[in-house]
Amino acid sequence: MSLLVGTFTIGFILSLLALGVFISFRIFAFPDITADGSVTLGASVAATLLVHGVTPPIASLAAFGAGMLAGACTGTLHTRFKINPLLSGILVMTALYSVNLHVMGSSNVPLLSVKTLATQSEGIGLKLMRGATSFDLVGWDVSVRDASVLGAIFLSVLLTGTLLYWFLRTNLGMAMRATGDNVQMIRALGVNDGNMILFGLAISNGFVALSGALLAQYQGFADVGMGIGMVVWGLASVIIGEALVGTNQLGLTIVGTVMGSVLFRLMVAVALRWGLSPNDLKLITAAFVFVALIVPQFIRKGRIRSAHA
Amino acid sequence: MLDIRAVSKTFNPGTPNEVHSLRGVNLELTAGSWVILIGTNGSGKSTLLNAVAGTFLVDEGSIRLAGRDVTRWPEHSRAELIGRVFQNPFSGTSPSLTIQDNLSLAALRGRGRGLGWGLKGSLLARMRDEVSRLNMGLEDRLQNAIGSLSGGQRQALTLLMSTWLRPELLLLDEHTAALDPKSADQVIALTEQVVARDKLTTLMVTHSMHQAASLGDRLIMVHRGQIIHDFQGAEKRRLRPDDLLARFEEVRRAEQLDESAAEMLAENYV
Repeated sequence: MSLLVGTFTIGFILSLLALGVFISFRIFAFPDITADGSVTLGASVAATLLVHGVTPPIASLAAFGAGMLAGACTGTLHTRFKINPLLSGILVMTALYSVNLHVMGSSNVPLLSVKTLATQSEGIGLKLMRGATSFDLVGWDVSVRDASVLGAIFLSVLLTGTLLYWFLRTNLGMAMRATGDNVQMIRALGVNDGNMILFGLAISNGFVALSGALLAQYQGFADVGMGIGMVVWGLASVIIGEALVGTNQLGLTIVGTVMGSVLFRLMVAVALRWGLSPNDLKLITAAFVFVALIVPQFIRKGRIRSAHA
Repeated sequence: MLDIRAVSKTFNPGTPNEVHSLRGVNLELTAGSWVILIGTNGSGKSTLLNAVAGTFLVDEGSIRLAGRDVTRWPEHSRAELIGRVFQNPFSGTSPSLTIQDNLSLAALRGRGRGLGWGLKGSLLARMRDEVSRLNMGLEDRLQNAIGSLSGGQRQALTLLMSTWLRPELLLLDEHTAALDPKSADQVIALTEQVVARDKLTTLMVTHSMHQAASLGDRLIMVHRGQIIHDFQGAEKRRLRPDDLLARFEEVRRAEQLDESAAEMLAENYV
């Protein structure tokens, strides 16, 4: 049971990453590899601040801000210096590797004896349950600690998702969505599309870094290699979400992305349980995204063929 | 209102693909006039329109609009003064957003966009009102994505969007060329309505000799990046599509003469 709760918890934590990838990849059609670096950036900034005694909420917000800065760098490279989107991301991601090492001072920072958002929510949960360490959920014995962390992360995702939905419905957010949809039109309506992309990438990487910060606090350490392959992971979540709920409505797409992340984590947990080697995880993830990207093409071709037949 | 002075533009300068698209064009539009631009393919008529819109910056000359020098303004800044409808019906709207989202974007053309809620009640009421006047039955489909609409419906909405806030100048770039004849007629009727109602200063490029003869109060013919004819007032009113075709024929013959002359010169001197 504790394994299942843990799976859900990580699924929700990484759904923030998926929302970040949703912004860059789906709203701006910008394949932003910066995310691989900003997951770690968020983790290392939060971990370092926590070790220096900063309170967990502030440390997590600082991680969000650091991520925004990283995204703004990629945005500047692309919009001001006209560097290709992929290359802009790769440059910043590569640079972030050194930045992360500098921030942490070594290749990892353990958070075992430090107050984190995870230990704080455990504390609140234990207080609410008046000291009981486990409770009975339809016949299963569930640890209060695990359940409170899951509850806390669920509430955070709910709050962030709602904020994102609200933002994308404001005048500014709407202009951003239109920028990814039709640049010519949005320029003709007086919007500086470069600024929109820059700001959008900043928000996207803010989400990604926040996800990294929460992940570090949950697993109890930040590590310089924890960001590898995270963009593909987020992409897989976005694609699963779209398969679940479609792409017609903004609110549904956001909910779908979160669901996609949790579901994908669940699939991975099951696969690992069945004996998949953790070494093959990234390979399988990449293969999965590859299949998910080409299947729509085949379906379309099939439809055209059957329409002609 | 619009004052174009000695504007020149060369694309791909110094390469084998060098094109002198505009060569010292002078054009002045008075407020409230509706000017039609015609010309052969590659004559520079769309380039002139895009120079005004700010799609690119001109090499020489100046462009003044509504008393302001906009020559160095980027495209998105000029949008404060200019409403535009494009040839491609897909260019003027955002396909994955709904009709009302698109209109709410247009309601802030050239203004600051902050964290205010995009769809306010008062705005929605005006949307239903204006969209129902298009007579396309779209007022009940404001929440549908624009991507699901036909080209004619999209162009009608783009026209509505470009004039939602009264522009100092309306630029129409062959905005019916990609439509079927019935939709084209609908969009033209709508254009006449809007231009007359808001007394808009309008610059319109067209391929249709029929439109060129029947619309507007002034007609400019462009050839090889220069203005070669300028019909105004009574002269414009008398113009028929056949007269315009005759002018094009003249241009064509002059071209042939040029080519044979060039050939003769080449034979004698090279």
